[in-house]
Amino acid sequence: MNFVYSVEGGNFTQAGTASSQFKKVLKQLNVDHSTIKRIVVALYEAEVNIVAHAWAGTITIDLNLEKVRILLTDKGPGIPDINKAMEAGFSTASPKVREMGFGAGMGLQNIKNNVDVLNIRSEVGKGTELEMEVYLNAKDKA
Amino acid sequence: MKLKEIARLLDAKVVCGEQNLDREITHVFASDLMSDVLTVNTANLILLTGLTNIQTIRTSEMSDVTNIVLVRKKVASAEMISLAEENGIVMMECSYSMFKSCGLLYNAGLSPVY
Repeated sequence: MNFVYSVEGGNFTQAGTASSQFKKVLKQLNVDHSTIKRIVVALYEAEVNIVAHAWAGTITIDLNLEKVRILLTDKGPGIPDINKAMEAGFSTASPKVREMGFGAGMGLQNIKNNVDVLNIRSEVGKGTELEMEVYLNAKDKA
Repeated sequence: MKLKEIARLLDAKVVCGEQNLDREITHVFASDLMSDVLTVNTANLILLTGLTNIQTIRTSEMSDVTNIVLVRKKVASAEMISLAEENGIVMMECSYSMFKSCGLLYNAGLSPVY
């Protein structure tokens, strides 16, 4: 099954809408509760990242019996140093983002802790592509 | 401890989810940082926060948090209440500070997450 969601940069009122919709899909499909949580926490952090940093983005999800593969692509400033961005506590978030309860430099770590595969590609001035996978039958992650 | 006892202890006003006040709570997490809330993986939890915007509710939805106390005289918006109701969340408003609220709940025997 494939799902596609659009994400608008800067629109905090709508941030999380895609994650919420996909969570409902996973519940309807009776995916294991703890796996749903891992998927939606990672997806939500990544969706908030698009809203917080980019101008627009698209979430494309491919779901099968074995795994969920989520690709988030955005048009935005890009990440100059991905290793730096992965460091706990590092953030370039605006005061507006911090007012919303984010921007503490935890997002990418939270994503990494919840997924089985994470790849980030970015081009400064163009945008970022975040690819993640969660295996539906994995028991080794909390 | 039941939610209704927590409401009494914190002198809190229940703004939505009145029908679920018999839920049993064992743990408390207090934070204004939503990325922190997203790391929590504990059942029977109540979240204490002073952050009042729609992301408070979205984060709770994603993190399976179904009980929220807004501290420091913060008031829930209509939009927050609507989304909370949609997700079966009990939400209360409390005039006490975060510190006092946590102190009262800790004294009453509720446990920390970490």
